[in-house]
Amino acid sequence: MKNTINIDGKIIPFEEGQTIMEAATASGVYIPHLCHHPDYTPHGSCKLCTVRVNGRICSSCTFPAKEGQEVLSNTKELNDDRQKITQMMFVEGNHFCPSCEKTGNCQLQAVAYHLNMLDNHFPLFYPNREVDASHPDVMIDHNRCIFCTLCVRASQQKDGKDVFAMSGGRSIHKHLIVNAQSGLLKDTDLAVTDHAAHICPTGAILIKRTAYQVPIGERIYDHEQIDQVSLETEHHQHGE
Amino acid sequence: MKQFIQDLAEKYHYQATHLLHILRGVQSRYHYIPEQAIEQIAELLNISRTHIIGVVEFYSFFHLTPRGQYELFISDSITDHMLGKQSLIAYLSEKLNVAVGQVRPDGLVSLDNTSCTGMCDQGPAGLVNGYALTRLDRPRVDRITDLINQQKPLEEWPREFFQVEDNIIKPGLLLSQPITHGSALQSAYKRGLQETLAEIDISGLRGRGGAGYNTAWKWQLCCEGPDEEAFCDIATHNRRPRFVVCNADEGEPGTFKDRVLLNSNAHQVFEGMTLCAAIIGAKQGFLYLRGEYLYLYEKLQNVLEERRQAGLLGKNILNESLDFDIEICLGAGAYICGESSALLESLEGKIGIPRNRPPSAVIRGYLGNPTVVNNVESYLAAAAISVNGGEWFASHGTEKSKGTKILSICGDCSRPGIYEYSFGTSIQTVLDDCGASNVLGIQIGGASGTFISNLEFDRTLAFEDLSTGGAFVVFNNDRNVLEIVNNYTHFFAHESCGFCTPCRVGTSLLKKQLDKIVDGHGSEGDVVALEEICKLLTKYSHCGLGKSAANPVLTTLGRYPVLYQSQLKKISFEPGFNLDDALEMARLMSNRTDALAHLDQVEEES
Repeated sequence: MKNTINIDGKIIPFEEGQTIMEAATASGVYIPHLCHHPDYTPHGSCKLCTVRVNGRICSSCTFPAKEGQEVLSNTKELNDDRQKITQMMFVEGNHFCPSCEKTGNCQLQAVAYHLNMLDNHFPLFYPNREVDASHPDVMIDHNRCIFCTLCVRASQQKDGKDVFAMSGGRSIHKHLIVNAQSGLLKDTDLAVTDHAAHICPTGAILIKRTAYQVPIGERIYDHEQIDQVSLETEHHQHGE
Repeated sequence: MKQFIQDLAEKYHYQATHLLHILRGVQSRYHYIPEQAIEQIAELLNISRTHIIGVVEFYSFFHLTPRGQYELFISDSITDHMLGKQSLIAYLSEKLNVAVGQVRPDGLVSLDNTSCTGMCDQGPAGLVNGYALTRLDRPRVDRITDLINQQKPLEEWPREFFQVEDNIIKPGLLLSQPITHGSALQSAYKRGLQETLAEIDISGLRGRGGAGYNTAWKWQLCCEGPDEEAFCDIATHNRRPRFVVCNADEGEPGTFKDRVLLNSNAHQVFEGMTLCAAIIGAKQGFLYLRGEYLYLYEKLQNVLEERRQAGLLGKNILNESLDFDIEICLGAGAYICGESSALLESLEGKIGIPRNRPPSAVIRGYLGNPTVVNNVESYLAAAAISVNGGEWFASHGTEKSKGTKILSICGDCSRPGIYEYSFGTSIQTVLDDCGASNVLGIQIGGASGTFISNLEFDRTLAFEDLSTGGAFVVFNNDRNVLEIVNNYTHFFAHESCGFCTPCRVGTSLLKKQLDKIVDGHGSEGDVVALEEICKLLTKYSHCGLGKSAANPVLTTLGRYPVLYQSQLKKISFEPGFNLDDALEMARLMSNRTDALAHLDQVEEES
């Protein structure tokens, strides 16, 4: 058969120009990811979607599918390391799931559960980060930002605005900034209806006055793991 | 300010690709990038203010808050440390009455550390308002303090403070026979451009920046496009303009050979670029010069002008209907921009984050167009090969590493400077030449390279053995391996671009973990934990920086395991933070200083 790759022993068709992630999702194969979203240009920064392509380590969200590739994804080696990379994201910020209103609906938390992460493993950084609650409808809790840039891309690519940006602060000084002279969200043109306000995979960007409205037991990840949820919500976008 | 920025923007034709130049202008005039300037530049260049803020925060030499009218930086390279940098910066701080990292309250002077400034053979070194200071010592610090307090402009400072020596100690194949201006181009046209590319292929020249890609292959690929689909078809590829970029962002600690080549052999480097342009069909070239080499900028501009006057640059070069010119772009203090795709981002006026590959730069480089990015030394060699032929070069070196390599040697040796060797030369030969004795080990290839011990001096310089972009730092037996590793590890944690999780978090984790061990707080499992971080960094990082950030630890841990183990306490666990320090706030609040208000970290097991 022409235009197929092999992921974990399964034959997966792909179309010219598709990435490994796109081909996998379209065929119902979940590869863990956080900075990737089918609606937006791939970023390749979180590195959770790392797979082995013909033995070589690659980010599946950016690496093009090519005839005959042997891809390994759901292996102990990769899942153990994905767990460590997730733990890195936890320790560099301040993530206290029990007190976070995103709990149960949070992709970071759900990926952590999926990868069987039971502790932080690494020493916590306890960074001093701020909360921007200036906007009437939307707030940013920088403590929970994982620098995936989905809000940046959503604002630019779907909302036709330019509300968010990743600052150039290097290494662990990286941080999200907003496009206002005051540096405050209230002075940007962000609207609560913007895609950018709803795309955050963690609890860093939250819609005000909507917390805890869904009871425990009915939240996104209460009964399904992120692999199923992800395929259900992203499959159609990749599959068409 | 308004007029100043307006003029700057006009000078750079309101091009967003020139953002770094414009910001350099603003920083040098106002010693920071004021909010008002950001708003105005955003409007004039039609880019968002967040783009500008991002760039300002990314590059070490731009600041959002005011720095001193005299911005002083001291190079923090291990070689500067070995020359007494730590006590010197403490002395400087005391004399100038300003803490490291701070601005003096009167706003006259600011002082900070900066990554290696490339003056390792004549340190301790520094920068004042961007200009390189060499051979700093206490008498010079005294003079500098006076000059600053008297607010003397830099033009009135003694010239010797800024004197940079070439220190070419051992010229070889390339350095002993520099080509005459224009001869590489004349030879190429006489022989034929394709035939000249074939000569470069015969020469076996591989990129001299470190990665070692075959130069002829790179030029050919850029010229002809990929042999299969990839990211664009050949017809599209052919429609795109091509670019020639020279990577002179030599930031690898311990490397300074490009500084010397650009000071003394700039014509030959530019000629190599022009040769590349003729072969691949480029009209525009860029020299990306690291900000630390600002002092070379004017001199290089003059060389370009001389070449234009001589008909070797500009329109209709040598009457061969070749149009090509070169522009010099200055960096602003970011090691990562030495990575070729980060360099291209920076050339485009952006934050220097390495791009996703594929496609590579030869397919989609500057502004998405096919681009050759080569090191300074590669262009120098290519020009010589055009004159002397491929065999001339290939007859030196080894099977897989042909020709010669120019090294910058520094550290514990009596003759630091520039040495050129045929590949295959043994390390012992190099050590004998540079006057090194009582040697503990050598860091080859800079922070991202390899540490070898004194049991390995029969190894050789070669891509297949010890590969280096040029850095060669010698350490004698009085040096402490862990101190060396610590310096390099801190360097990476400072220079990581922060894009991908493994490197952004991993370099900081590695730094903390190594600090814990070096400071004597490590316990049994801590070396294992160190190795684990190394593995994640090496395996999962987005680019070469992250992939090599653990090299200093890995290459020394393998050679001196006992040294690491001996730092550990004989207990099974020690927390990563200091318990007693954590109580400081509580002690302050309760106003207690008695013994019971303190806590032992962990009781040592007897």
